Amino acid sequence: MSTDFTQDHFALFNLPRRFAIDTALLDSAWRTAAAEVHPDRFVTAQDAEKRVALMRATRVNEAYQTLKSPVARARYLLQLAGVDTAEETNTSMPAAFLMAQMEWREAIADARAAANVDQLEALSRQLRGDVKELETELGSALDEQADHAAAALAVRKLRFLEKLDQEIGDAIEALLY
Amino acid sequence: MALLQIAEPGLSAAPHQHRLAVGIDLGTTNSLVATVKSSSATVLPDEHGRSLLPSVVRYTEQGEVVVGYAAQAEQSRDPNNTIVSAKRFMGRGLADIQDVGRSPYRFVDAPGMVQLLTRAGAKSPVEVSADILRTLRSRAEDSLGGELVGAVITVPAYFDDAQRQATKDAARLAGLNVLRLLNEPTAAAIAYGLDNGAEGTYVVYDLGGGTFDVSVLALSRGVFEVLSTSGDSSLGGDDFDHRIYCWVLEQADLHGLNAHDTRLLLTRAREAKEALTEHAETRITALLSDGLTIDLVLTQAMFHDISKTLIDKTLLPVRKALRDAKIGAEDVKGVVMVGGATRMPHIQKAVGQYFGQTPLTNLDPDKVVALGAAIQANVLAGNKGEDEWLLLDVIPLSLGIETMGGLTEKIIPRNSTIPVARAQEFTTFKDGQTAMSVHILQGERELVSDCRSLAKFVLRGIPPMVAGAARIRVTYQVDADGLLSVTAREQTSGVEASIEVKPSYGLSDDEISRMLTDSLAHVQDDIAARKLREAIVDAEGLIAATAAALAADGDLLSADERSQLDDAIAGLHSAIATQTTREVNAATQRLSQATEEFAARRMDRNIQQALKGKHIGNL
Repeated sequence: MSTDFTQDHFALFNLPRRFAIDTALLDSAWRTAAAEVHPDRFVTAQDAEKRVALMRATRVNEAYQTLKSPVARARYLLQLAGVDTAEETNTSMPAAFLMAQMEWREAIADARAAANVDQLEALSRQLRGDVKELETELGSALDEQADHAAAALAVRKLRFLEKLDQEIGDAIEALLY
Repeated sequence: MALLQIAEPGLSAAPHQHRLAVGIDLGTTNSLVATVKSSSATVLPDEHGRSLLPSVVRYTEQGEVVVGYAAQAEQSRDPNNTIVSAKRFMGRGLADIQDVGRSPYRFVDAPGMVQLLTRAGAKSPVEVSADILRTLRSRAEDSLGGELVGAVITVPAYFDDAQRQATKDAARLAGLNVLRLLNEPTAAAIAYGLDNGAEGTYVVYDLGGGTFDVSVLALSRGVFEVLSTSGDSSLGGDDFDHRIYCWVLEQADLHGLNAHDTRLLLTRAREAKEALTEHAETRITALLSDGLTIDLVLTQAMFHDISKTLIDKTLLPVRKALRDAKIGAEDVKGVVMVGGATRMPHIQKAVGQYFGQTPLTNLDPDKVVALGAAIQANVLAGNKGEDEWLLLDVIPLSLGIETMGGLTEKIIPRNSTIPVARAQEFTTFKDGQTAMSVHILQGERELVSDCRSLAKFVLRGIPPMVAGAARIRVTYQVDADGLLSVTAREQTSGVEASIEVKPSYGLSDDEISRMLTDSLAHVQDDIAARKLREAIVDAEGLIAATAAALAADGDLLSADERSQLDDAIAGLHSAIATQTTREVNAATQRLSQATEEFAARRMDRNIQQALKGKHIGNL
């Protein structure tokens, strides 16, 4: 029977529903699915097919974007499990994490004030290391311990780091342009 | 019909008929048209064998429209009525145009887009571009000996929604069926990649007459995936001419030149720039209208000196694109140079230094975009090439919405793969609020005033509720041309209000049809007869496609669904028998809607089969 488009993103790409995924397999499944439904394939088709192709291609891209990003993938897995990551509302964070955040902010502000792009790029690399670490934690919380609360906390922490990375990027751009 | 071909290759209406389709590079300085002939892409020359068509349009005293070299030859003599570089004004208001005094034109500020005052009246840049496209269209039809099925038109990757919409409008005005708007660097990558069997990460550095684009692409096994794109939509080869022009003014101590002298010196400046590509120095001479003679020598070293900041300006978007693609210069396998301006040796040198490798210049930088567009047009028109390939492009600029306090909230971030859609929920902030205004913005900055305003609309008819109770879902959809449409819908009460907008810079369908009627010599009867003919052709196409789909995948429908479809087909047959355009169109519409669910199921089956094949292949 045909694919049910109400199915989840993992099922769409024939992937197991878990945090640790084979990204090469995801890439190739996305490209295969995108090749089937891309509007370029339907330029001379009837209108009904064109509309459906646009919807399907959009859906395929959305599923891919969600599964490709570790944070979005974790948020989505939690959502499927009925857990709200409450990123806007739950602001309670471990004190040590908040301290580290303040240090990050200061470091970024200093590098920005000194107009030091190299320093900002070094911070960005360092931040990427922290992100990797948190993602490993997130993986084990989701796939091994099934600890939703810990996973939701890790997602919230990663959101903070995402914002830091955005700040670094903005600072670099502001200095370059 | 494409679905048809996937399922039943033999069933398409005329399997061996080659459908005429072209790629058009609508450039700031020059335009080209290309097509695929016996499986190789080639640029179509004019009757004198010239490939380029200067993007210059002149409106003559006799009421004629002259396009190309003949218009270019008169541009110094008749500067007000000879429009060059119209592309710079596409989708732009008067306030957007930097240094209005630099152009010899008389601008008229019109809603949405500037117009240029000529003796033929106020001309929108869309109309000027349509004149160029019309010339290329007849060049192609004369050379190919038939009517075109459609065209792929290229646009700078960094064009925003207003500029894209304006380009599409120009093509419609020229009577072209737009198969796709294609980003120029992506077109170049297709031509280059397919020619060289390239695999890996490539950067396309595209410096045209008036725009600069840089794209980072991952090429692998027939997939062209754009990772990021950046650029400057008002930086190009023209700016190098202008630097020379300013240098001449300074050297000769000239002030307040008239339009004729300005144009003359800009032309001399362009010639000097081109001469310096091959020679160490060049002489600039001109006789001004007041009898003053200009005679100067410009050396390559001096030229490099006065234009160095322009080159530096191109390297900023390059850095940004690499950052967005999350790669470094060392990860880049090759840098493809596109656009006539990249012939300048000091640009090649600067780019080579930045990437630590010699840029690739083996394809003609003037033709490569048109060739890539032709290859894409050939595939889109349904002429399958030997190898299957797929293009995954992105949007260049983030799309957002105005929120409280004049701030922009991003809905779709830049460099998202298209097509893409995102929805966001908003609520009312006053008790009993029945309307909400939606302001659509494009750009990266936080303040609304720093972004480009694409459209504003008001969603009315929200049932009165307490503040915060309404749930208004705003959905942004970007199609494969990179064009945006927005819908808003209140969803709590079951009362749905929904509106669809096209950004305000585009022409409305009414304006397009008015311009079309203005420009067509057809009498009313011809148009009516033509409309009926077209409606019937469409209807018959739909019936044939539906019948073929039923033959292939009829098992996806229940008996009930099947009989509904059969009824709609019968309805369309009887509508055709009435020979009334309105009835045929209405019945076509009904059958089209009735087949939508069926089309969806068939597409889903194809995805599933493709993925299965893939996974079995992987085992």
